[in-house]
Amino acid sequence: MATLPPRVRCARAAVALVTMAVAIATTSAGTWAAATAETPQRIVSLIPAATEMLFAMGAGQRIAGVSNYDRFPPEVDKLPRVGGLLDPNVERLLSLKPDLVIVYDTQTDLKQQLERADIPMFRYVHRGLPDILETMRALGDRIGAKSAADAAATRIEHELAAIRAHVAGRPRPKTLLVFGREQGTLRHINASGGYGFLHDLLELAGGSDVLGDLRQQSVDMSTEMILARAPEVILELHYGESLKSARIEAERLVWNSLAAVPAVKNNRVHLLVGDEFVVPGPRIVLAAGRFARALHPERY
Amino acid sequence: MATHTDTLVGFPPRASIRRRLAFTIGGFGALAIAACLLAPLVGSTRVHLGAVFDRSIPYADNIDAQIFFVARLPRVLAAALVGSALALSGVVFQALLRNPLASPDTLGVSAGASLGAIIAITFDLDVSLFGVTAVPLAGFAGSLGALAIVYGLSAARRRGTSAVVLLLGGVTLHILLSAVIAFVQYLADFTQTFRNVRWLMGSLDVAAYGPIAAALVPMGIAWTGFATLPRVLDLISIGSESAAARGVSVDRAERVALVSASLATGAAVSLAGPVSFVGIIVPHLVRLVVGAAHPLVLPASALFGTAVLIGCDLVARTIVAPLELPVGIVTAILGGPVFLWLLFRRA
Repeated sequence: MATLPPRVRCARAAVALVTMAVAIATTSAGTWAAATAETPQRIVSLIPAATEMLFAMGAGQRIAGVSNYDRFPPEVDKLPRVGGLLDPNVERLLSLKPDLVIVYDTQTDLKQQLERADIPMFRYVHRGLPDILETMRALGDRIGAKSAADAAATRIEHELAAIRAHVAGRPRPKTLLVFGREQGTLRHINASGGYGFLHDLLELAGGSDVLGDLRQQSVDMSTEMILARAPEVILELHYGESLKSARIEAERLVWNSLAAVPAVKNNRVHLLVGDEFVVPGPRIVLAAGRFARALHPERY
Repeated sequence: MATHTDTLVGFPPRASIRRRLAFTIGGFGALAIAACLLAPLVGSTRVHLGAVFDRSIPYADNIDAQIFFVARLPRVLAAALVGSALALSGVVFQALLRNPLASPDTLGVSAGASLGAIIAITFDLDVSLFGVTAVPLAGFAGSLGALAIVYGLSAARRRGTSAVVLLLGGVTLHILLSAVIAFVQYLADFTQTFRNVRWLMGSLDVAAYGPIAAALVPMGIAWTGFATLPRVLDLISIGSESAAARGVSVDRAERVALVSASLATGAAVSLAGPVSFVGIIVPHLVRLVVGAAHPLVLPASALFGTAVLIGCDLVARTIVAPLELPVGIVTAILGGPVFLWLLFRRA
C-alpha cells in the first residue's frame, strides 16, 4: 500500500475520530432514551403536588430533585432544590442528570431548554379536583408505576366519597373560602371563586360556595361584597409560615367588625392552618375532611 | 398691608386672588362635597337609605347600615384624603422642582412607602401600633426613610446644587428603591408575590376608620405646612434668586415644601398603595381653570383631587360588579389619556 502524505493521514484520523464520537454519542443517547422511556429512575419534580403523588405511589426513591416550594413529605428536605415555577435553575436541574422532569405546562422557556437537551418531560396542568386523580394516574403510567398509581388514586377516590356521603343530606351552608388576607385587617382578601380544586373540595365537603357563580379561581373580595353575600360560614386558610399559632385567635377576631355577616354573628369563622390546602395532591383527603368538620361539626 | 409680591409678574394681584378664591373654593368645594355625599349611595349592592338610618333595627342585624358605614363611608373618606394629599403633593413638587412632570412619585418617597409595605407583606411582619397594622406602618416608615435621603439631597441643593440635580437625585432614588422592591419580590413565595402585586395596584377598601385616623396625623402636619406655602411657591416657581430678592427665606420654604409634600405622599401611599396619575393630572387640570397662582391652585387641587379619586373609586367598584377593579388601574387608564391630551394640547 502506498504511503499517504502526512496531511491526508491526519485528515483521515480526524474523520475517523469524529465518526467514532458520533457513533458512541448516538448509541448512548439511544440507549438512554430507550431506558428512560420505560422507567425513569432520576425524576426531577418542579411541582409539589406531583412530588407528593410520586411518594404516594411508592416512587419517592426515584426522585432526584424537587422545587424550592416542596415541603412534604419530610424526605424532600434531603433532596436537591432546583427553583420553582418562575425561576427554575436550569444548570442545577441538568446537573442532576434527570431522565424525567415534571414541569408546569406554562413553563415555556424551560420546556424548550429541556427539549434541546433531549430530556423527557411530564407536563402538569393545574385545574379542578377530578384532574388531580387523572394527573396521578397519567403520571404513574408515565413512570411505569401504573398499578401503584391506580391503587393510590382509587383509595383517594373512596376516601373522598366517604366524606361526601358522611355529610350528605345536611343543609349546605353558604360558605366563603378565604385563602389570603392582609394580617390584622380585612383588607386585600382573596377568596376561592367557582372554579378550581378548593371550590370543588368545599362543595364535596357539604358547603355551598358563596362565590360559586363567579367562574374564576381567585376573587378579590371587598368588605361590601362580603356583607352583600352574607356567608353563613367563613373558612380562612393559612399555610406555610403565614400564621403563628399565637395569632390565630387575634386574626379570627378581626372578622368581628362585620357583625351583620351571619358567619360572624353565629361564631362560624374558622381559621384552618395546614399546607394540605394549597397542594392539590394526595392530601386533598385531609383538606376535605377538615372542611367537612368545620362545616358540619354535628356529624363528627 | 400690600407687599411687593402683589406685583409679581405672571401672577394676579392679591386683591384679585381673594375675589377669585371664594369662587374657586365654592366651585371645586361643591364638586368635592357632591362626590362625598353621592359616592356612599352608589355601589355594587342596592342600599336602602331609610334602613341605613333606621335605629329600630339593631346595628348587628342591619346589613344596609353596615354596608354604608363599614364598607362605603370609610373608603370614600380614604379616597377624599388620599386624592387631596396626592394632588397637593403634586402641586408642591411641580413648583419645588420647577418641573411640570414632577409628581408625588418623582423623588422616591412613594417608592419608599411601597418598599416598606412589600417588606411587611413578604416577611409577614407582625407589628401594630394604635390599631394600625404592619403593612401601612411599614409603608409609612419606608416613606420616612426615603424622605430622610431626599432631605439629604435637598441639603446638598441648599449648598448650591440646582433643582435639576435634586430632581435627578430623587429620580435615581426612585429607581434604586424600585430595584430593591423587585429584589424583595424575588424573595417572596407565590402567595406573597400575588399579594404584593395586588397591593401595588392600589386599594381604598380600608374597611375601618382606624387607618384613616392614623393617616390624618402626618396629613395634618403636611396641611399645616401647605398652608404656609401658597404665595411662597409662586415666587419659588419663578426662581430661587427672584424669591430671595423679594425677602422670602427660600431654604426654609423649600424644606417645608419638601417635608410637607413627602409626609402627605407617604401617608397616602401607606393608606391606599400607589395610586398613579392623580398627583400629576389634577394640578394641570386645575391650572387650566384657575391659572397658575398657587393661592388658588393649592386649595382647588385639594378639592378636585378629592372629587377625582372618589369618582375613580366609584368606577373601580361598579364597572365590573360584583367584582371590583383596583383603583390604581382606573386612575392610570383614565389618567394616561388625559395627560397625553394635556401634553399635546400644549404642544
